[in-house]
Amino acid sequence: MNVKVAILSIQLRLNSIKKLSTIALALGVERTRTELLPFLTDTIYDEDEVLLALAEQLGNFTMLVGGPEYVHCLLPPLESLATVEETVVRDKAVESLRKISQEHSPVDLEVHFEPLVKRLASGDWFTSRTSACGLFSVCYPRVSSTVKAEIRQHFRTLCSDDTPMVRRAAASKLGEFAKVLELDYVKSDIISLFTALASDEQDSVRLLAVEACVSIATLLPQEDLETLVMPTLRQAAEDKSWRVRYMVADKFSELQKAVGPEITKNDLVPAFQNLLKDCEAEVRAAAANKVKEFCENLPEDNREQIIMTHILPCVKELVSDTNQHVKSALASVIMGLSTILGKDNTIEHLLPLFLAQLKDECPEVRLNIISNLDCVNEVIGIRQLSQSLLPAIVELAEDAKWRVRLAIIEYMPLLAGQLGVEFFDEKLNTLCMAWLIDHVYAIREAATCNLMKLVEKFGAEWAQNTIVPKVLGMANDPNYLHRMTTLFCINALSEACGQDITTKQMLPVVLKMSNDQVANVRFNVAKSLQKIGPVLDSNALQTEVKPVLEKLATDTDMDVKYFAQEAISVLALA
Amino acid sequence: CVGGSSERHIYCLWVFKESGAMTGWEQVCSFQDPEPADLSMEEESDTRKINNSFLRDHNYATEADIISTVEFNSSGELLATGDKGGRVVVFQREQESKSQPQRRGEYNVYSTFQSHEPEFDYLKSLEIEEKINKIKWLPQQNAAYFLLSTNDKTVKLWKISERDKRPEGYNLKDDDGRIRDPSTITSLRVPVLQPMDLMVEATARRVFSNAHTYHINSISVNSDLQTYISTDDLRVNLWNLEITDRSFNIVDIKPANMEELTEVITSAEFHPQQCHTFAYSSSKGSIRLCDMREAALCDKHCKYFEEPEDPSTRSFFSEIISSISDVKFSHNGRYLMTRDYLTVKVWDLQMENKPLETYQVHDYLRGKLCSLYENDCIFDKFECVWNGSDSVIMTGSYNNFFRMFDRNTKRDVTLEASRENSKPRAILKPRKVCVGGKRRKDEISVDSLDFSKKILHTTWHPHENIIAVAATNNLYIFQDKVN
Repeated sequence: MNVKVAILSIQLRLNSIKKLSTIALALGVERTRTELLPFLTDTIYDEDEVLLALAEQLGNFTMLVGGPEYVHCLLPPLESLATVEETVVRDKAVESLRKISQEHSPVDLEVHFEPLVKRLASGDWFTSRTSACGLFSVCYPRVSSTVKAEIRQHFRTLCSDDTPMVRRAAASKLGEFAKVLELDYVKSDIISLFTALASDEQDSVRLLAVEACVSIATLLPQEDLETLVMPTLRQAAEDKSWRVRYMVADKFSELQKAVGPEITKNDLVPAFQNLLKDCEAEVRAAAANKVKEFCENLPEDNREQIIMTHILPCVKELVSDTNQHVKSALASVIMGLSTILGKDNTIEHLLPLFLAQLKDECPEVRLNIISNLDCVNEVIGIRQLSQSLLPAIVELAEDAKWRVRLAIIEYMPLLAGQLGVEFFDEKLNTLCMAWLIDHVYAIREAATCNLMKLVEKFGAEWAQNTIVPKVLGMANDPNYLHRMTTLFCINALSEACGQDITTKQMLPVVLKMSNDQVANVRFNVAKSLQKIGPVLDSNALQTEVKPVLEKLATDTDMDVKYFAQEAISVLALA
Repeated sequence: CVGGSSERHIYCLWVFKESGAMTGWEQVCSFQDPEPADLSMEEESDTRKINNSFLRDHNYATEADIISTVEFNSSGELLATGDKGGRVVVFQREQESKSQPQRRGEYNVYSTFQSHEPEFDYLKSLEIEEKINKIKWLPQQNAAYFLLSTNDKTVKLWKISERDKRPEGYNLKDDDGRIRDPSTITSLRVPVLQPMDLMVEATARRVFSNAHTYHINSISVNSDLQTYISTDDLRVNLWNLEITDRSFNIVDIKPANMEELTEVITSAEFHPQQCHTFAYSSSKGSIRLCDMREAALCDKHCKYFEEPEDPSTRSFFSEIISSISDVKFSHNGRYLMTRDYLTVKVWDLQMENKPLETYQVHDYLRGKLCSLYENDCIFDKFECVWNGSDSVIMTGSYNNFFRMFDRNTKRDVTLEASRENSKPRAILKPRKVCVGGKRRKDEISVDSLDFSKKILHTTWHPHENIIAVAATNNLYIFQDKVN
């Protein structure tokens, strides 16, 4: 039996742990229970990677210890893992514990699992208490009412723990725990815990209560929301700490759905307005991100009126915000409003905002507008924008930062599709060709790829008339980098252009370049021939390509030889 | 382990009595670098309690042995020192035993490890020293201990843990570590854990790097136990203790044009209870209090503490000596203490325009600023500490003197940390520096002070009257005299 349990180095130990199921299989269920698991329980001082792998493995170990009947044997090692100081290991151990809790019979759950949860919940160190927070919700539904009462008591205790870590863990599991509780206890227990956590002295705890708010609000009947949840939510939306307000902004759509249309109209609309006008840019940006979703989810009967009178004025202010993150967050969603507001409102109210953002000083804002043009196209047609669009595109196309240029290239096929071939030929074609001789390789590469997508869109005939001549013209450029770009373009275009254009127009140029004085160009000729070979007919291959490759295969340069030989063998010309 | 060339010694402990802490300090132990023995783990039980007769002249000390920071943990059971050689030495308090009551409060070496190594920044052609600038303990979260240590650029999170078992009975090697012939292995064994001698291990759990352009002068752990700040000359960065690949810049005082630079940050600390409040001090003698709830960037302070300058005492050195070298919140969170070159000031957080209390540390140096400027001493960065109940403060001076001020009785005392004048269990005698022309018998004249012997780093046990004082390569631990 060649199975290793060798604790030599981390890598070895890690490998051993990853093969733990094989080892257990070899040992048999009996020895796994009596020897392997006790050993593993004591090895918790090992490296994090090993412990993480161990915690994960044990979650799938039920069959290896003898099935659900013996699943409780896995609890001791997982219990020790749930107390280590490394968060990822603890979380994984809790995840595995949650998984195997389902495999416990109701009796085992009370005899073995629930005592473990209690031990963790009353552990000396915060690490075990934080782990306990994640386990209440899995055992609660399946235990007797006496035990349920104990579990509720333990959870209550942890919610007012001394260490903020435990309170954070409790706050983050509050919503999940509320879901498994009986409604009466949600009202009596959970609400008071929720209120307490939401007014914790530490903002790191308070902000987690916002998340719980969503789940709790979903559970309660509409008539109770006003008295039980809304005071806390209102308070959170106006919290002194920006991080809490940020969390409210970030969870706004979920909150909106959870509290329903009436409360949304009366409470959330003003709250959202305030978040959009918040003094902290992070909060405004988070709220700006939610503008479209919030508007979409407004009750339809007076959606338009709410947007026009309450939301749009704030949006208008954000367009000229001082912070560029806020503006770009807005730019990424603002176009979505046009579908909600319809053609007339879009032209009258939104278009000026789009145009303003297209002229924004920050390239990211302009890019975000351009990348979402499709939404507007559906409503008003892109022509309305094209006057302003063009200068914006040209400016981005020539931006000093190559990443900006790269981003705009990626939107070119989309723009071309929406603006149509005529407009493209007239205004944008020159830009696309100019990128081919950009001084940054990434741009030239993206430009090549862009040409291929354009050809796919506009067809081979268009390519033959507008692109191919220009590309082939670059084969005589004095700069060898540009000559290579010709080859890269041919690689990308040959398939889209088809056999005819490739054989008649591109192949002669490639073959001619095999005499280039720069070796880099020559070996790229070999690579190109290999690439376009499948598009050519066998006659051309034999009579034209083969002699050139054979000549290159005797080149003085090693790399040229190598790639020529590779092409010969791939194309089966030998 | 500390190599053969660099060694370490222990000294004693002394005390203060009368109204809690002001008269009799006795030396409990002291440690010195270099120390004659190699401090490897196995040998430490024999060599860590160094007899005074072993002590060599401290002139042998190399630059690397100079202690650069000293810090008690939150229970006071452990004491960590960092030195210019990038090493961290952790001392553990001896358990009190009835048989040897006189050994109360003795600290012994618990763990020694190399925290930082010298590095070279190839992009800037700069050497990065390994010197440990600050150590901060994390509150204990399980059986292991955690501390943050930092040099100029990189903060590291260390775990110090004990191991007393090891696995035995492998399948592929025998008990001596030899690989077994696979053909002889016929059955599968599960290793078992066997007890072994206690081993203390220090492992680097996180390395927080590449976030500081300038030199890190302080680190501070937040009371939310989730974040900490690291501060350099111009910026304060906020980190999550679990995330090493990003930090948030929360204060940036770098002007667009570096020629307009008039002020640098000298130190920063979190409030002990309010997780959203921190304070930072500047080279211009002011302290700013920031509230992280108000905005993500804390460039705007919410409180600004500064004492208006007295025009009558203005001189060429005014600005240099008003630079704050250390800022510390009191344990109760009501006060801030700052140290500048000549004084310690206590500020009430509710009063921004002037300090509540000002204590003269060594006012007799006021007339010697010119020579202190010439020998660069005027730029020394003295730290200051509170006692556990915030009633006494302590800070260092020259000639291996350190000062204590009782805030209630307004008494103050000057003590000296030196091997020549103190033996273990001896009571420290208060020292006096004479200012005028006539020198009394037990007084020292200002001119005979040794400015190369300075006490920059001190720490006070969080609950008891035990202090640790670093004097160049020596560490002295004193405690309140037992009745």
